[in-house]
Amino acid sequence: MCGEVCVVVEVLRGEVKDITYTMLAAGRQLAAGLKTKLTALLIGRDVQKLVAQLGAADRVVCVEHADLAEFNPDAYLHVLIAVFEQHAPRLVMFGHTATGTDLACGVAHRLHWPVATACRTFSLGNGTVQCSSLTCGGKLIANGPLPEPSCVVTVMPGGYKAEDGQLHKTPTVETVSAPGLDQVRTRFKQYLEPPAGDVDITKQRILVSVGRGIQNKDNLALAEKLAAALGGVVSGSRPVIDQAWLPTTRLVGKSGKQVKPKLYLAIGISGAPEHLEGVPEAELMLAINTDPKAPIFDVAQYGATCNALELMPLLTENLKK
Amino acid sequence: MSVATSYEFLDKVIRATPDGEKIRKCLQCGTCSGICPYGFAMDYPPRSLIAALRADDFHGVLESDTIWLCVSCFACASVCPAKIPLTRGLLATLKTEMLVGGSIPQELQAALGNSRRYGNALGESPKKRAEWAKDFTVPVPVLSAHKKPVEVLWFVGDYASYHPRAQQASRALAKLLFVLDVHFGILGPEENSDGDTQAFTGEWGLFELLARKNIQAMSKYQFKEIITGDPHAYNAFKHEYPRLGFDRPVKHHTQYLAEHSDRIRALLQNRGPRRVTYHDPCYLGRANDNNIYEEPRQLLRAIPGLELVEMSHNRAQSICCGGGGGGMWLDGYSWEKAHTRTSEWRVKEAVAVGAEVLAVACPYETPRFEDAVKSTGNEGKLAVKDVAELLVESIFG
Amino acid sequence: MDIVVLIKFVPDLVEDLEIDAATGLLDRNFLRLMPNELDEHALEQAIILKERHGGRVTVLALDTGDVDEALYTAVAKGADRVIKITGDGFDQGLGNRRIAAILRRAVGDVRFDLILTGTQAVDDLDGFVGALLAADLGLPYVGYVTQVVAADGRVVARKEYPGGLNAEIEVNGPAVLGIQAAERAPRYVVTSKVMEAMKSAKIEELAVDEVSVENELAVSSMALPESGTHAEMIEGNVQQVAQKLAVLLKERGVLA
Repeated sequence: MCGEVCVVVEVLRGEVKDITYTMLAAGRQLAAGLKTKLTALLIGRDVQKLVAQLGAADRVVCVEHADLAEFNPDAYLHVLIAVFEQHAPRLVMFGHTATGTDLACGVAHRLHWPVATACRTFSLGNGTVQCSSLTCGGKLIANGPLPEPSCVVTVMPGGYKAEDGQLHKTPTVETVSAPGLDQVRTRFKQYLEPPAGDVDITKQRILVSVGRGIQNKDNLALAEKLAAALGGVVSGSRPVIDQAWLPTTRLVGKSGKQVKPKLYLAIGISGAPEHLEGVPEAELMLAINTDPKAPIFDVAQYGATCNALELMPLLTENLKK
Repeated sequence: MSVATSYEFLDKVIRATPDGEKIRKCLQCGTCSGICPYGFAMDYPPRSLIAALRADDFHGVLESDTIWLCVSCFACASVCPAKIPLTRGLLATLKTEMLVGGSIPQELQAALGNSRRYGNALGESPKKRAEWAKDFTVPVPVLSAHKKPVEVLWFVGDYASYHPRAQQASRALAKLLFVLDVHFGILGPEENSDGDTQAFTGEWGLFELLARKNIQAMSKYQFKEIITGDPHAYNAFKHEYPRLGFDRPVKHHTQYLAEHSDRIRALLQNRGPRRVTYHDPCYLGRANDNNIYEEPRQLLRAIPGLELVEMSHNRAQSICCGGGGGGMWLDGYSWEKAHTRTSEWRVKEAVAVGAEVLAVACPYETPRFEDAVKSTGNEGKLAVKDVAELLVESIFG
Repeated sequence: MDIVVLIKFVPDLVEDLEIDAATGLLDRNFLRLMPNELDEHALEQAIILKERHGGRVTVLALDTGDVDEALYTAVAKGADRVIKITGDGFDQGLGNRRIAAILRRAVGDVRFDLILTGTQAVDDLDGFVGALLAADLGLPYVGYVTQVVAADGRVVARKEYPGGLNAEIEVNGPAVLGIQAAERAPRYVVTSKVMEAMKSAKIEELAVDEVSVENELAVSSMALPESGTHAEMIEGNVQQVAQKLAVLLKERGVLA
């Protein structure tokens, strides 16, 4: 794996998460440009069956152990350090997620490598690798080099198409035994399932999504009526869920669900990356926000800066005509 | 700092409020609870609150959170036969106790946090406080750039600076001052919230912090008097800022304009008949006996074609728009508890008296009444306008 | 249960960000700084744990922004000890690698069972303060934590995954936890209490001189996002916008 591009596969409950494909798509480009190989590092238990999904990689390295069945931060970190101490890749890519961000800094520190986070796109030039990150709530782009000999990155979705990271090839597979895990200081106990019985927003064609801009729980009714008129359902961004105006099952975003509706109406949502991660591909996105500079307008196809609380009932009326 | 017993709380009220000892004279007549717009939804409307304290049930009082329904409208204080300073003394002090104990609705917390961090309750950038005046058709001098003495320091206020609807009234006032050739200036980004409403949510400490910043800014400039379109700011400058060592003449914009009514009258034109009713803001009228009732009416009556009618509750009996005492920042909370809005009652009164326009004189009122016009289904039937806007419409068309 | 809380000041996004023409990086001259929102959650979680289990809460912050106000506010909320770390060049905006190295030095001999800090901050570019400090101190790290339960000498962190799924992760020994949300929204502390803290509490100052930091990341340039793919803005008053939107939605065949 020395000098290779290595993608640490993001797995949750036995499923390969989409960010993996974004990383593989980016990784393929980088590996080609650096004239090296793309390796996918798969950690878990009984993970060989996932190899078929990792065709975009030249090689998959599997590390399996009973203690690695579910994500366990310290255990996974031990594994990664053991693997990379043996072979130092040129780049180690983690998803910018609850699992990836637990690991990236530990790896970087222990192996004395730099770490760059929230990367969206990468580029090659003059033999150097550059990354571009979106920061400050989506209001600032930062560009910088990823130094040699090795560098760790965490990757956000949106810079590459997932399909470019999904190829129907068969990668070579290697197994590596896990290092001793008796010094591990964290232990996975159990999952706590999300509350059942609510609408599954990932299956909805139309979403009326509300953010901080609706100001209070009361105004939710306006969104509900609009959603009903559209034949859709109400979802929300983080601040709305934190205030318990909507249950967590309605959260669109990094910590919530990823939705791919036909219509996404973003009401009073600024468009911070954490939210936009939840709606990478909507066929039609409309945004209503009084701030003309809100980042959401760089993603939505149509927008308006009028007062959402006034607009919603009027739009509902107009739709009924 | 937190008071533990009813006795300590009463003692605090008495010591902290001018005329606070009058609370001992409460007859338990119940007029306060009767006139309170949200009394019906409170666990302890003013009379019951005093009764509970006399019965040493302060614990019970602290367990209820309905004090947050109080909009500090001064209705209770204005009718109390014993003249107990209920609003500023009893009710605001109870809110302070709630804050000290950590009980605060989330919406209000955001507004207070914003006031502390940004100097305005809306959480807007302080740098943009004078954006409403940027590139406007008439010049609005910002004192830090103007650098010359002025006659009038116009204290604009949070909502009048940042809220899109209230900004329109600000621009109207700017036009009037221009047409009257008044030498004025505004503080712009140096201005902080006057702090009065924050004080009435129990945050006297925050009020003082904001007031000191304003005093420091205003002390840099030379001016003869302060005018403001915001009755809450008016109230603060008249009654609270002097305690902090800043005592300058202050007028509400309707008072100031009324002084120039002859010159204004000469400019007003008949733009057609209009039936208008005027809403007396709490803080211009009965609060602290400010009693500014006639000047706004004088201005409105001067407009040719304008027929001024009175709502059944007028002057000292005016019904609060619901924005005071934190009400502006507690809409979700008060709706959940009371399922009614005082602003809707008021709008219905205006409609009942056949008015086409509801004239107001406070930046809280325009958005609140406009919302109520919609929610009561009166859109298109009743317009809401600041007195300054009506004057400008008459002058400029 | 003794807890250390780390607070970092970050750009306040209420203000517009600007690029300094000379450096090609963020113009920090007119930047307004504020405490990282998730660090406020970390502090809240620490105070909750103190209220439940006793112990001391120590807050550490670098000397940037309104750090004094933040530290006095922490005292007013219940922190026992507040330490302001002084040094050179803090106002230029330090990377997290360097911040973690400085904090490592500052934590020094402070006794703790847990270090809590926000799981990330809006201006993170080179890792996350909590995770980097954990690595530096050789401690386990769990991020995206929304609840911390301590019982029988063990700590169980609730870790948040997407879609409302949570996992319980048990942690042995001292650890660093990255907080995504406290169990309760950060409490409000009345201004008079903060003023009192300003009079009665003492902020300890700790000077941290040169720290050697390897593998700092260089940022070569910054830019404001282009409005290249900007939304087509629909003009008019609210009535007109509503009408146009309804027409647009029907035309696009989105409904029914």
